[in-house]
Amino acid sequence: MIERSHHDRGGLPGGKVERSEHDYAEWERRVDALMMLLSGVKGGRKLMTVDELRKNIEAIGPEAYDRMSYYERWITSITQTMIQRGVITTDELGRKMEQIRARPGDPCRK
Amino acid sequence: MPQVANRPQYPTDHPSVPVRFAVGDRVRVRKTYPLGHIRTPYYIRGHAGVVERLCGNYPVPEELAQMRSGLPAQPLYRVRFLQREVWPDYAGRAEDVVEIEIFQHWLEPLSA
Amino acid sequence: MSDAAEDKGLGDYRPLSYFQLMEVSLRELLLEKGIVTDAQVQATLEDMRARGPEAGARVVARAWTDPGFKARLLENGTRACEEFGLDVPALRLVVVENTPQVHNVIVCTLCSCYPRMLLGLPPDWYKSGNYRSRVVREPRAVLAEFGLRVPDHVSLRVHDSTADMRYLVLPMRPAQTAGWGEAQLAQIVTRDCMIGVAVPKASDSL
Repeated sequence: MIERSHHDRGGLPGGKVERSEHDYAEWERRVDALMMLLSGVKGGRKLMTVDELRKNIEAIGPEAYDRMSYYERWITSITQTMIQRGVITTDELGRKMEQIRARPGDPCRK
Repeated sequence: MPQVANRPQYPTDHPSVPVRFAVGDRVRVRKTYPLGHIRTPYYIRGHAGVVERLCGNYPVPEELAQMRSGLPAQPLYRVRFLQREVWPDYAGRAEDVVEIEIFQHWLEPLSA
Repeated sequence: MSDAAEDKGLGDYRPLSYFQLMEVSLRELLLEKGIVTDAQVQATLEDMRARGPEAGARVVARAWTDPGFKARLLENGTRACEEFGLDVPALRLVVVENTPQVHNVIVCTLCSCYPRMLLGLPPDWYKSGNYRSRVVREPRAVLAEFGLRVPDHVSLRVHDSTADMRYLVLPMRPAQTAGWGEAQLAQIVTRDCMIGVAVPKASDSL
């Protein structure tokens, strides 16, 4: 139903709140830090707003939204925003991703 | 429930539209479902509440999300709603409330 | 290390996921374009790592022992935190007080808004669909799942953090803490108490 956006959860049916918590991975913390800097906090160059972050998260289709983790949604949204803003292009991103994938011996991360 | 003074808790100096509502005013959330990025939750649209406090004037998130300035800013209010009026099946006390930040352009006055 | 990594005999390493690849790629592009520096990223990481519920707990403990501070905290939460010596950039803090008649609980039904500059990163459950869906509609049931039974005569205020404000619950000071110093009081104020899904217990003191 498009009148209610998928992220707009208040009052919808839901199950038991899962209370286990995970330690944030380094890459997740880096996504968080990048968002702070790009929104102009902590001396970063303000290139986007938290509103654009939210909008681009909301634009993720419902199935993908549910499948993705919190910071997977964030990095997707931040990257989309940078493309929309013209800070990077899709072509630059694609080539960089190829370049990193092709790096010998160093594609692994915690 | 606690009472709050009728002045913005976190005022800003954004160019803004005039403030329309005061603490204690009865207001209704507009019952409309446009597209775009919206911070007025679906569940509260069409419901009546009371202004609990003025927050200050803030750029409109719907516009900020579209890479625009969001100005002139709109007054932001915390509006208090009775849970038993929001949810048909609410199982709690009659005095239970939900309080939500809502921008002025989403509110219309409600006569007592 | 994760079970998957252990199964593969990979030690602490595993191949980048699609999203991890995106993070590395975006960050390198932004570094190359001079938009961010490694030093900034590291400094921001360290800054956020240093933020946790302990700061909020100390603010609560001060409010419990200093009525003037408590009044200022309720009037303007941000200014009171700054008075307390905390660095809380861009925070507009609304402090809501638990009383014998009223219990407060915080949610962001639309995403995950949280007073990060005061309390650090929010827990996973606060950001979960089930919490965001249910706590606004059946708060007592959700609180009961957290082990908090709100007495029948107490009213509930649920705060949905939809715009520019952020919220802190000021819990009630337990009766059995008479004569305690601020440090000991701060110990029993957990993150969950400041979200409103728990209340402080004198028995939590070490």
